[in-house]
Amino acid sequence: MIRALGIRDAEVRRGGRRLFEGVSLDLAAGEACALIGPNGSGKTSLLRAVAGLVRLEAGEVSFGAVEVSEARAEGLHLAGHADGLKAARTAREELSFWARWAGGSAATVRRAADALELTALLDLEVRRLSAGQRRRVALARLIAAPRPLWLLDEPLSPLDGRWRERFSALMAEHLAGGGLILAAMHDPLAAATKTLELAG
Amino acid sequence: MSRWGVLLARETSLAWGRGGGPLVTVGFYAGVATLLPLAIGPEPDRLAAIAPGAAWVALALASLLSLDRLFERDFEDGALDLLALAPTPLELTCLIKCFGQWLATGAPLALAAPLAAVALGASPSLTPLIIACALLGGLAFAFVGGIGAALSLGARRGGLLTAVIVLPLFVPPVVFGGGVLDAFVTGRPWLGGLALLAGYAAAALALGPLAMAAACRNALS
Repeated sequence: MIRALGIRDAEVRRGGRRLFEGVSLDLAAGEACALIGPNGSGKTSLLRAVAGLVRLEAGEVSFGAVEVSEARAEGLHLAGHADGLKAARTAREELSFWARWAGGSAATVRRAADALELTALLDLEVRRLSAGQRRRVALARLIAAPRPLWLLDEPLSPLDGRWRERFSALMAEHLAGGGLILAAMHDPLAAATKTLELAG
Repeated sequence: MSRWGVLLARETSLAWGRGGGPLVTVGFYAGVATLLPLAIGPEPDRLAAIAPGAAWVALALASLLSLDRLFERDFEDGALDLLALAPTPLELTCLIKCFGQWLATGAPLALAAPLAAVALGASPSLTPLIIACALLGGLAFAFVGGIGAALSLGARRGGLLTAVIVLPLFVPPVVFGGGVLDAFVTGRPWLGGLALLAGYAAAALALGPLAMAAACRNALS
């Protein structure tokens, strides 16, 4: 179980260009960090670097006492712009597949569907969902498979006002349960206790 | 169901459902097998002589069709990121993906293969051997093809690139499979060829996932 996230002097290069260097962050259980910065400043790359999908040019990422490979395999969720949902499959098939893949169960899938009010939408194909509904299915995976660290890439963008508040409450609930959140945001993040700015 | 089980179910249902799935592949196969006699001429003797080989080459070509979707779609929509963030090693994930692909398209193709060969004039007694060869060969085509599909991730016109990478690697199974069928027809020993084909399929199954996972990691980073 991840209780801390540490980023030490991280540097990432993409296509020969340096996105950022010397980025450091310490996050403890129950804390959320808003990752801000202009377009192209490397917010998504930093999230992917924490998940181990992008190689760090310099610096390191640690997860407290937990082995890095184990933390990445079992301890974190990455919710990006590309949500990985297949348009031709139903929301139920997709939600339960990803929940099982990330270590959830039928019970946690039900809880997630309730929390994001998806029960009525579950039998629809993903292609029939609106952008906001589709994002709710994508975010439901966070709850459908409990993992402590959430890496979120502008999670609220297609959601309406009510769902922004609702999801902020879910984030607060996750933090209260000892979770950690690192979220790239353009809007203020209500639950955030820290802010990390990438200059670009 | 275990994590591997749900992945296999997802891959098979995606490969089965997407764009007609096995029907398109089998249809393409039937098309190639129908074009051949039109080009070669209708004399039954000549056709019967090339029937097993023609059915076999058409099988290799048809196996190429579904490859470009194996990793490309998951790569584009972000699913490959999430597949990588699991306790299952990416090598095993790739193996299960390829196996699901083979179940959904390779296995139906193996059942259609003897039909095409017999229609071209091959002896019906060849049927069990053709199915066996097509199952083994299809497995080799799927796993070797998966390497090409993973290597061409993110490239423009990746499907074409996949074919160029993969076709040379299809040479050994085409030679072995064609040889087995020819040896069987002419009454020579054929078990050795079948063992070589099985050996190639086993090597592809064992080594392919390592290459696929490395190529996927490279494409993701």
